[in-house]
Amino acid sequence: MQVTRRRFFRVCANGVAGSSLALMGFSPGEALAETRHFKLTRSTETRNTCPYCSVGCGILMYSLGDRSKNVRSRIIHIEGDPDHPVNRGTLCPKGAGLLDFVHSPNRLTHPEVREPGGKEWKRIGWDEAFDRITKLMKDDRDANFIAKTDDGLTVNRWLTTGFLAASASSNESGYVTHKVVRALGMTAFDNQARV
Amino acid sequence: MTQHWEDIKNADLILIMGGNAAEAHPCGFKWVIEAKAQRKAKLVVVDPRFTRSASVADYYAPIRTGSDIAFLGGVINYLLTHDKIQHEYVKAYTDFSFLVKDEFQFADGIFSGYNPEKRSYDKSSWDYQLGADGFVKTDPTLQNPRCVYQLLKAHYARYTPEMVETVCGTPKDKFLKVCEMIAGCSTPDRTMTVMYALGWTQHSVGAQMIRTGAMVQLLLGNIGVAGGGVNALRGHSNIQGLTDLGLLSNTLPGYLTLPGDKEQDYAAYLAARTQKPLRPNQMSYWQNYPKFHVSLMKAWYGDAATKENNFCYDWLPKIDKLHDVLQVFEDMGQGKVNGYVCQGFNPLASFPNKAKIGGALAKLKYLVVIDPLATETSEFWQNFGPHNDVDPAAIQTTVFRLPSTCFAEEDGSIANSGRWLQWHWKGAEPPGEALGDGEIMAGLFLRLRAMYAKDGGAFPDPILKLTWKHRIPANPSSEELAKEYSGCALSDLADPKDPTKTLVKAGEQLAGFAQLRDDGSTASGCWIFSGAWTQAGNQMARRDNADPYGLGIAPGWAWAWPANRRILYNRASSDPSGKPWDPERRLVFWNGKSWGGADVPDMRPDAAPAENVGPFIMNPEGVARFFARGGLNEGPFPEHYEPFESPLDANPFHPQNPQAKSNPAARVFKGDMEAFGTPKEFPYAATTYRLTEHFHYWTKHVLTSAIIQPEQFVEIGAELAQEKGIAAGDRVKVRSNRGHIIAVAVVTKRIKALDVAGRKVHTVGIPIHWGFKGVAKNGYLANTLTPFVGDSNTQTPEFKSFLVDVEKVKG
Repeated sequence: MQVTRRRFFRVCANGVAGSSLALMGFSPGEALAETRHFKLTRSTETRNTCPYCSVGCGILMYSLGDRSKNVRSRIIHIEGDPDHPVNRGTLCPKGAGLLDFVHSPNRLTHPEVREPGGKEWKRIGWDEAFDRITKLMKDDRDANFIAKTDDGLTVNRWLTTGFLAASASSNESGYVTHKVVRALGMTAFDNQARV
Repeated sequence: MTQHWEDIKNADLILIMGGNAAEAHPCGFKWVIEAKAQRKAKLVVVDPRFTRSASVADYYAPIRTGSDIAFLGGVINYLLTHDKIQHEYVKAYTDFSFLVKDEFQFADGIFSGYNPEKRSYDKSSWDYQLGADGFVKTDPTLQNPRCVYQLLKAHYARYTPEMVETVCGTPKDKFLKVCEMIAGCSTPDRTMTVMYALGWTQHSVGAQMIRTGAMVQLLLGNIGVAGGGVNALRGHSNIQGLTDLGLLSNTLPGYLTLPGDKEQDYAAYLAARTQKPLRPNQMSYWQNYPKFHVSLMKAWYGDAATKENNFCYDWLPKIDKLHDVLQVFEDMGQGKVNGYVCQGFNPLASFPNKAKIGGALAKLKYLVVIDPLATETSEFWQNFGPHNDVDPAAIQTTVFRLPSTCFAEEDGSIANSGRWLQWHWKGAEPPGEALGDGEIMAGLFLRLRAMYAKDGGAFPDPILKLTWKHRIPANPSSEELAKEYSGCALSDLADPKDPTKTLVKAGEQLAGFAQLRDDGSTASGCWIFSGAWTQAGNQMARRDNADPYGLGIAPGWAWAWPANRRILYNRASSDPSGKPWDPERRLVFWNGKSWGGADVPDMRPDAAPAENVGPFIMNPEGVARFFARGGLNEGPFPEHYEPFESPLDANPFHPQNPQAKSNPAARVFKGDMEAFGTPKEFPYAATTYRLTEHFHYWTKHVLTSAIIQPEQFVEIGAELAQEKGIAAGDRVKVRSNRGHIIAVAVVTKRIKALDVAGRKVHTVGIPIHWGFKGVAKNGYLANTLTPFVGDSNTQTPEFKSFLVDVEKVKG
């Protein structure tokens, strides 16, 4: 039998320990009770892609919890995806540390605002954040939108608010961002491809 | 990439120049090692530093930063004068025989049509001679002095090995050794691949550096073949996708472009982009532009976009000029910008001249930062001692900071540098109250739409009518958005070959962009992504890694644009008769009836070789261009120009012409020209780069990365260190004309001084990864030092070549 690395992993965790002990005369029931299972066998595997450079290495994320309702998953381990045609299970020093990115102490957890001249952040709710930001955007757009140039050309653009998009966000986030930004008439618009 | 990562294993020679894959793209670099181990391929590295890529190279040649066009121009000259080119390929698949207008000229570093006041060219002379039939005139004998081959030969005759040594500091024998190795790939059965990254793009002549590399590859017949190509390794996980989706000042999804102010007429806008063939029988694929554009407008504006209202053409903003980030921060500094949104982008760290960027942000009325991490930009107003010495009380900007998800907490696709759209799945909930980027955009959009519906305001139509058919409007799902950009039929589509049959029913997903129509019956938000989500489901989520032809192509793994094609221009892998150049690497070939092979053919399937349909289907000529026509802003042939901060007083190619010292067409803002330093005050060349343990400004927030590379350092050659009395571990101050950083000195033999134009040039190496937020030791933003000038085509800043002084910090 050809045993791949992942199959070996599964077999080790679930069967071999028990069955080999059974061969030596121990009862399977007792033996299994003695076996220490790998922690990852009780976790949920999710396929993802490394968010750093653009090699696009496949990764496997392991989280505690079985995704049942009301269970909050927590990612406990990330490793390279051995099935992936490019990275074939490997990760670089950055990719190997991805778990610490997910759980960085500097992850932002709530909306906040720093008022003019202020020295600190103030926690706010999403509704307040969205309401205040869109009020500022609409006021600026209504005041400065250029429908026509002085010589009568229709241009429908808004130059006084700009937008930078993120080249680590998904295509779907990028697509919906582009749609909204252009509908507002913005042209001061770029992403990291510019630098 | 014209290729993809695994294809590197098919190369016989790998040239890494303007990049450092071993450190910056380690898991992709394994395919270089695979080529060396299995195919006995050779690796050549040309770089100012002896990088880790160089450390496993078969040959390394040093080069002065910013002089790559001189080096590659020298390679072109070598290949032409030693007759080491793939004759049949260049004759059939390039513009070698095309005749150029007599008005086109080049004299002392300047092409015809230059306006020094405007720093720009009138490009009308940079074009072909057209015959009465509307096609380009050619001379298949290549004897006409106005044919591209003759002009090319004359242009690069000046790029002698001696000049390369003078300009690049590369010793002549080393340069010639690299030329010999490259020349070995001019036969049809040997290929070179070129791997580059920001070491080529981040120069004031970056686009032309890449073009020169592509020209070398064309001479060798190495574009469109297995193991060949010009490969942008790219720096972010989805920078390819965001570019494809057109999130740039002047573009729309799928490399469509926004109209300029003068393009008031929709038909004229389309006509200008619907390129008619310039040679008989050519595909000239942009002839389909109207189908792509109308389908985009239908995706965005649905029923509101009708033939009668030109599919809402006037709802798109028109551009007066490029509003790239340098232009926007220039305007912001002048108080012309009130609001700015940074979604997963840290401009204070990422853009040149930090003092200018911070000063500009301080003039905003409001700044919105959407990010998973606490970035420097979000706290530009906070005092962090010498690392960010500002007075918060004096900064009147309101700053909002909104927490977003990271990769692990969302579903969706990202496109790697091989153009593969790979789907990923959510593994956990985000921390605290963080939301996905799509949900945040929906939160902003739905409120704006409600306000415009209730109160009116400036031009509300495009906001009110934007399609938003999501099951949960406040949280558009990635599945819904992917289906939207891939595209669907809006009414039954009749089969063009048999109108009694229906090809696609209304509401069904399209199979690909070939089904798009210009009559409003199809919708697709990004034509090149069409086919990513078909009626059969999500093609990006496929995970069959089988490689049926052994060429490293797994057609069932994820989905590559366009049309799941893995190698672009792959028809060029066969000779004009349709037979593979190399029987060992049968990529795409003619089987007597149609094109087929290991990859999806980049050719009309039934285009018999006798029809002479060229492989470069996006060009109206059907062939690749040595002569760029008006495609780039500083000339149809790449010419060496010095970086804006150069250790030399003049361009050695044009010592008497100050106009031709640096890129004559680069845009320089008032005040920035004055902020350039001189070699008298700042005698050392400097270049910024990345380390293998860090990713830009993210991983200083990551504990493992912070542990293995905890503190900011700069690299200084042993000779310079000795001159300046600097020992390894000393703290040094590195100054440019825009500011300074203080960091630990790593004294190294990896960066050697070079003899350039009669003087010794030292290079200081500056890794970029530190800042004043993170779990690593705080440091200075490296872009405190860099100059505010960009490439004249892309406006990508010149981060790779500038001037500094360095001194030991006492005590």
